[in-house]
Amino acid sequence: MTEEVTTEILQTHILDLAADGKRLDGRAPDEYRALSLEPGYVVTADGSALVRLGETMVLAGVKLEPGKPFADTPNAGVLTTNAELIPLSSPTFEPGPPQPGAIEVSRVVDRAIRAAETIDLAGLCITPAEKCWTCYVDIHVLAHAGNLIDAALLAAATALSHATVPAKRFGIAEADYPLKVHHLPIECTFVRLGDTIVVDPTFDEERASQGRLTIATDEAGRVVAMQKGLIGAFSPDDVRSLVRRAFVHGDRLRASVRGGGA
Amino acid sequence: MPRGHRPGHRTGGGEAHPSPSARERVLVLPGEELEARGLKPGPGTYRVGGKVYASILGLYLPRPPLVQVVPLSGRYIPKPGDTVVGTVTDVQNTFWLLDIGAPRWAPLHMTGAPWKVDVGETERFLRVGDAVVVRVENLDATGRIGVTMQGEGLGKLEAGTIVRITPARVPRLVGRGGSMIQTIRQRTGAEIAIGQNGRIWVGGTEEAVRRVSEVLRMIGESGQRPGLTERVARYLVATTPTAHEAAEGEGEGESPRQGPAETNGEDGDEGDEAPGPENGKSEEERTSWET
Amino acid sequence: MGNIGAKEVPVLLSPEGLRIDGRKLDELRPIEIRAGVLRQADGSAFVEWGQNKVMAAVYGPREVHPRHLQQNNKAVIQCRYNMAAFSVDERKRPGLDRRSQEISKVIAEAFESVVFAEEFPRTSIDVYIEVLQANAGTRCAGLVAASVALADAGIPMVDLLPAVAVGKVAGAIALDLKKEEDNFGEADLPMALVPQSGRLVLLQMEGHMTEEELSRSLDLGVAGCRVIYEKMKAALRERYSVEPVATEAA
Repeated sequence: MTEEVTTEILQTHILDLAADGKRLDGRAPDEYRALSLEPGYVVTADGSALVRLGETMVLAGVKLEPGKPFADTPNAGVLTTNAELIPLSSPTFEPGPPQPGAIEVSRVVDRAIRAAETIDLAGLCITPAEKCWTCYVDIHVLAHAGNLIDAALLAAATALSHATVPAKRFGIAEADYPLKVHHLPIECTFVRLGDTIVVDPTFDEERASQGRLTIATDEAGRVVAMQKGLIGAFSPDDVRSLVRRAFVHGDRLRASVRGGGA
Repeated sequence: MPRGHRPGHRTGGGEAHPSPSARERVLVLPGEELEARGLKPGPGTYRVGGKVYASILGLYLPRPPLVQVVPLSGRYIPKPGDTVVGTVTDVQNTFWLLDIGAPRWAPLHMTGAPWKVDVGETERFLRVGDAVVVRVENLDATGRIGVTMQGEGLGKLEAGTIVRITPARVPRLVGRGGSMIQTIRQRTGAEIAIGQNGRIWVGGTEEAVRRVSEVLRMIGESGQRPGLTERVARYLVATTPTAHEAAEGEGEGESPRQGPAETNGEDGDEGDEAPGPENGKSEEERTSWET
Repeated sequence: MGNIGAKEVPVLLSPEGLRIDGRKLDELRPIEIRAGVLRQADGSAFVEWGQNKVMAAVYGPREVHPRHLQQNNKAVIQCRYNMAAFSVDERKRPGLDRRSQEISKVIAEAFESVVFAEEFPRTSIDVYIEVLQANAGTRCAGLVAASVALADAGIPMVDLLPAVAVGKVAGAIALDLKKEEDNFGEADLPMALVPQSGRLVLLQMEGHMTEEELSRSLDLGVAGCRVIYEKMKAALRERYSVEPVATEAA
C-alpha cells in the first residue's frame, strides 16, 4: 500500500450515515450500483466480458487449450482461475508478485464456479488420462472502486457464458462449438457498517467496515461459496438473513448475465 | 533541458493562481508553440531557439512580462501561504507525514503543531488517518514541503467529511470575489473549508453535506464548458428543502471559514453560450469510457 | 521474425500493391484515442488501434516506492508494460516476461527524454500500460496511450510522443504492420517521435533491410507519427474543452 489512507472522519461519516440507513452515494443499504456487462470485448479470447459495477471495472477473458488431465481426475478437463490486481487499477497497488488480495479474489471466484458446476468439466475431456481442455479464466481488474469479488465473478460468468471451444483451431474437431454452461453462480458481498449491513460496498465503505461477507448462490437454490473477510464479525442470524438477500440479488443479476447486457 | 520554471516559483507567495477570463480560454497542449512576442517564458512553458512552447496541458495566459500556461489537471503544486487539507499517513518521533495530494508527503514538525508536543509523544496528538488543515510555509529545492498548523482556521478536523476535486478547479469553486462558494454556503447551510489542494472539508447536516458533495462533483467535472454557475444555481434551487427546513439548516451553520484564496476566485461564465441540457447524469454514464 | 505455429505464408501484398487488409503501403489502421478514462489515476487514456486495445494510467509525481530508487535531483519515471493473459492467441502466462521488461525499459527511457523530471526531485512518475487485446504494434499503441495519459496528468514535457512501426512486407516498406505482416514480414521498426524537435526517442528494429529501405522507413514512420500526433491532440482537446459527461457517455 503506497498511500490513499482513508481519513478517519470520512469513515465516521460513512458509519453515521449507515446508522440512519443511508449511504454516501445516496443508495439504499440493499441496493447495488449500476451494472453494465459487455460480452465479447476481447477478440483474442475464446470468451470475454468487460464489467462495470459503479466505478469498479473488471475485464475477464477465457482461453481454452488442449492439455493433460490431472492424474486423480483422468476423465475431466482442467479449470484455472487467476485474478490480477494490476497497479493501473488503484493508487494503492504496487507492481510485484500477486498480493494476498488478488489471490483471495481468484480463489473465491474459483470456488463458486467449481461448486456451482458452472462448466461441465467431464465434457472437456478429450482422451481419458491423456488429453483434455484446460480452461483458463483470467480476471484483469482495471479500476478498483470496491467490491472486486462480485464484479470479478460477474465478469467470469459472463465470459464463460459466451465462450467458444476452439476445437477446429487445435485440430480436435471439425468445428468450434459453444462452451456448455450449466449453473451460473452469482456472488453477493456485504459489509457491516455498525448495525447496518450494506450490499455492494464501495472502496471507502470497505475501508470503514467492520467485516465483509460474500455469499455465492446458484439458480438451483444452493449456496455455492462463502467468504468472510476483513476485520469484524457476523452472527449466525446475520448470515441467515444475508443468504436470503443474496438469493434475491443473485436472481436479478443472473438474469443480466443470461441476457448478456446490463 | 531548457525550461521556464521550477516548482514553487510559479507565482508569488500568497496570491491565488492567475485565471484567464472567459474570453481568454485557449487550450494549449505540451509541445505547442505559443504566441509570445517579447514575453519571457513563465510557468508551464519552455523556450528553445527563441521560440516558446507549452510544457503542460492548460490555458494560454499572456501576462506581461511573462507568457504562461495555467494547468487544468494534475497534482497539487504547493505554494507558500496556501491553506490545504491533509491526511496523516505516518507518525514519527518528532513529526507527522501528511498526504496533501502534492507530489511529496509534507512533514509537519511537532514544533509546528498548536500543542506542546514532546519527542516521542506525537502519536498522542495525531494518528494515521486523522484529517488536518495546515498552511504551506516554505519549499526547498529538493521539493520538501514545510507546513504549519499554527494559525487561524488551522488544526485537526473532528467531524464532517472531505470531498476531493482537481486542484485546478478550486478557483471555479470559489468564484469571482467568492461568489460561487457564498452561494453554496447560503443555499445549503453547510460549513465549508477549501483546501487549495482540492480537498474540501464539508460539515453540517447530512442533507447539506450530500448537496455540497453533489455540487463539488459538478464543479470538478464540468471541464471548460461554460454555464457552470447557472447549473449549480439551478441544482441548489431544485434541491432546496421547504422554507422551514432551509431556515433550520442555515441556523446550524457556523460562521463560514474564509480561506486566503476565497476572494481571488475565477471569473464566472459571463458572455459565454447558454448552458447545456445535460444535468444530473447517472452514475453509469459518468463512469463509462467505452462506447 | 516470430512465425510460431505458422502453416503457410499468406499473400501479404496484392499485385495492385494492396496489403492483406486492403490498406495502401502508407496507410495507418483506424485509431481511436480517449483521454481521462480512469477516475482513480492522475491521468489515463485508452487507445483502440486496429485490433489493439490498450489502456494506460499515470500516477504521480508521487512518493517513490521502493525508496532506494529515489533520485535527489529529478523524478524517476517507472514504466510497466504488461499484456493480459487473454490478449494474444496463445494464452500468455500472467506476469512480466523478458519481452515486457525490455519494452517497459525503452518506453520509460523515451519518456525520460521529454519529461521535465527535474521539476519534481525525489518523486516517481509511474506509467502503467495494459494491453487488453493485441494485434502487432502494442508498444507503439501503449506509448501513445501513456503519452496522452501523461498530458492528462498535467506532467510537464517537451511534447506528446506519437509512435508507429514501419516494416518490410513482401519486399515493400509498409506503415503500421498488423499481425500477419509482423509474423511473416521481413522487418519491423517501431519508433516514437518528438514532433517539436523532429527527433526519435524510441527506435528499435528486428529483421533486415537495406540502407536505402531503412532511410525510406524513417521518412514513412515520421510521416505516420505526425498523423497520430493530431489524433492525440484531438483526444486531449475533446477531454478538456467540453463536458466529459457528454463525451464519455456510451
